[in-house]
Amino acid sequence: MPQPVNISAPATSAPQRESFLLKEAKFFDRPLGLASRITIFLAALLLLPVFFYPLYSMTLYSNQFPDGLKLDIYAGTLRGGQSAVRDDLREINSLNHYIGMHPLQEADFTEFQWIPLMLGFFIILSLRSVVIGKMSGLVDTLVLFAWFGLFAFWHFYSRLYMYGHNLDPTAAIKIKPFTPPLFGSQQMGNFTVYNYPAVGTYLMLGFAVLLALGILLSAGRKQKLEAV
Amino acid sequence: MKHILRAASALSLMLTLLFFSSCARRPKIQRGDIEQSAIATYVAPGDMDESYIFYSGGQSGNVYVAGIPSLRHIATIPVFTPYPGTGYGFDRETKTMLGRFTWGDVHHPALSETNGDYDGRWLFVNDNANNRVARIDLRDFKTKEIFGPIPNVSGNHGSSFVTPNTEYVLSASRFSVPLPKGTYAPIEQYASTYHGVVSGLMIDSQTGHIGLGWQIMMPPFDFDLGASGKLDSNGWAFWTSYNSERATGKLEVTSTQKDRDYIAAVNWKAAEEAVKQGKFKTMDGAKIIDPRDVPGLVYLVPCSKSPHGVDVTPDGKYFIGSGKLIGVTTVFSFAKLQKAIQDKNFAGNEDGIPVVNYDAVKEAEVNVGLGPLHTQFDDKGYAYTSLFVESAIAKWKLGTWEVVDKIPVSYNIGHLAVPGSDTVHPQGKYVLALNKLSHGRHLNVGPSQPESSQLIDITGDKMKLLADAFTEPEPHFAQIITANRLKPIEVYPQGENKDPNAIWDVKDAKVERNGSNVVVHMTAVRSNYEPNKFEVNQGDHVTIYLTNIEQTTDELHGFGLEEYNMQVVVDPGETKTIDFVADKPGVFAYYCTNFCSALHQEMQGYLLVKPKGGTSASAAKSGPSHPQLVKLRSHENGQGGDHAATR
Repeated sequence: MPQPVNISAPATSAPQRESFLLKEAKFFDRPLGLASRITIFLAALLLLPVFFYPLYSMTLYSNQFPDGLKLDIYAGTLRGGQSAVRDDLREINSLNHYIGMHPLQEADFTEFQWIPLMLGFFIILSLRSVVIGKMSGLVDTLVLFAWFGLFAFWHFYSRLYMYGHNLDPTAAIKIKPFTPPLFGSQQMGNFTVYNYPAVGTYLMLGFAVLLALGILLSAGRKQKLEAV
Repeated sequence: MKHILRAASALSLMLTLLFFSSCARRPKIQRGDIEQSAIATYVAPGDMDESYIFYSGGQSGNVYVAGIPSLRHIATIPVFTPYPGTGYGFDRETKTMLGRFTWGDVHHPALSETNGDYDGRWLFVNDNANNRVARIDLRDFKTKEIFGPIPNVSGNHGSSFVTPNTEYVLSASRFSVPLPKGTYAPIEQYASTYHGVVSGLMIDSQTGHIGLGWQIMMPPFDFDLGASGKLDSNGWAFWTSYNSERATGKLEVTSTQKDRDYIAAVNWKAAEEAVKQGKFKTMDGAKIIDPRDVPGLVYLVPCSKSPHGVDVTPDGKYFIGSGKLIGVTTVFSFAKLQKAIQDKNFAGNEDGIPVVNYDAVKEAEVNVGLGPLHTQFDDKGYAYTSLFVESAIAKWKLGTWEVVDKIPVSYNIGHLAVPGSDTVHPQGKYVLALNKLSHGRHLNVGPSQPESSQLIDITGDKMKLLADAFTEPEPHFAQIITANRLKPIEVYPQGENKDPNAIWDVKDAKVERNGSNVVVHMTAVRSNYEPNKFEVNQGDHVTIYLTNIEQTTDELHGFGLEEYNMQVVVDPGETKTIDFVADKPGVFAYYCTNFCSALHQEMQGYLLVKPKGGTSASAAKSGPSHPQLVKLRSHENGQGGDHAATR
């Protein structure tokens, strides 16, 4: 009969689980050491340039544009490559009208409102950890940031999907609906499109990595804490 | 510390990987192989090109002559536009020929043919804007005739392709209008009361003279490009059309909704016969046939989406249409078309014109690439299709219908030309890409960028870019003919000058007056005019018959007349008529504008215009008396000092 086994199992594991939870509670209450706080401060600094550098860069090459049409997506705006000979965003929109793609315009992107807001939010949260110095706050910041990052990614992907699929049925040139790649290149009509994360995204990634490092650095403070 | 190092190195590794992966490979800017291209295109000083290129000059109204393989511009032939360079449009003969228009839109030059081969006699060019066709004589490279505006044809774009024995020059309406021209009908009636016309202009086989042949009333499609059948398909003509939707408004949307438009296949021998039998109406002086009255005259062949070019293979067995909004070029079999007609394999009709079944006529669909426009043929059984959207040329094999090579061009190619492609014996060797955009490939000349031509070698398996050249606005199509097929003259032989007013001896020079008409017989020879002065009265009508009595090549003389807006050039042995009203009193110099000799500067004379009411300066009509005011006035109206001096 399996029953006795079932009865006896919780009896032996209950104290263990309790001590595990206790340990965890102690872990989250742990204060952050100086190294952690410096690391977190640096992480917060990393987020500042994200306001000014692109998160994503798309480049479209074709025979007639060997220098490529560039499109940079920033936290708060959309900007085409600018040169004396061309405004790339305007050019991309002119070309896209043939296939009936909705023009790319800043007003359509809600991201440009909430991404800068969230960046500020995470700078403040991380500075809070620098000052208050509690492990729980730091872990919260990292988890929330991961959620924000993934959500932003998903949102961006659905944007790309939407632009590539909501094509005007009366367009002069009918093409198969498409989604530009999130990472890599793809042939779209006469263009080879390269789409890659840019500096801003790498800085955000750096932010997350430094936060994780901040956690690691203070995870080693366990013994000291118990001694107190 | 260990932790920090490990984490930091992991982070930097990750960032480095991401950075490198984002540095995507850039496509290369198109360049030729220097050594190969230089040897293939270098024409050493003193040597000559092997072929002539005749570029249409688009909205400039000219034709440009260049050489292959150097792509050097050699001469400009003015056709629809005055051209002071050669005095075209200033003398009475060319001014009369130009009529009331001062420009034209030259699209498709066509060399005259005999038995389907270039015979080197004439070059015909169309005018898309004012619905004309002009004939250039290749004996002297001069425009000899401008025919039109052609009745009932509006937007003569599908022109000036010739039939294999130059029986006809094709002509067609790109912009359907209510007919006859001059009729008003609201745009809402476009689909029912507007009409397109396809037409054959009859060419006199001896003189090249252009006349009206037959016209066919068509539905209001936009007829685009044409081609003549040859050998197997001789007797037929083909025109592509877009806007079979019969739409108006924003055509880039409204006319692109159907997946297929039509190629109109016209049996022109049947049209000839119908005209003979009187099965036509006369409209605006032209014999126009209603296709419902002549069964077997026209058929519509569905062709994928807004086709642009239609081209007939050298053997005449296939006609090829390119749907510019789809990546497919369609090969149609002429034999299958005949069978479908015989079997009445029709899918419907448009205003009584049978539409044949696409599948019954289609031979192959070739996936050439994006934006196919025009197809040319070489001597080895290959076809070359220009790809506007893709900025490339696709080479494909007739018979297997497989694309075997592709070359990028810079940029956005329109037409392309292979020497002799539209004849029964193409020469091959080169394809000339006629590109619409050239940005970044030449010295910067400001926003008005030239078009570009690229010479591409097609003798091997891979096409090779040889040379870039930049052309004036705006070549559409070009014709290429080997130099040995043309035998142009270099001087007009005296014996051939049939102008009754030509004089050949300076002793015959004279000034005659008949009422208020003054007639001058004038000679030009190195380095003088005879007479070198003559007097007229203000208001006289002056006619100068100017003969260049030289018989030496390259000894051209000009005749520029100060402030009378007159500039004529006479070639050796040529006579031109200059006429004007001498409405400005004073003394005006005429001088040689075309540098002729060591004493070119001295080649000058005076036209003395006596003012009305006497020759004394004080007797001249009242003017401002204050000298300073005179000065000011002459500055303002740019008339200069002479005018003031007479007062």
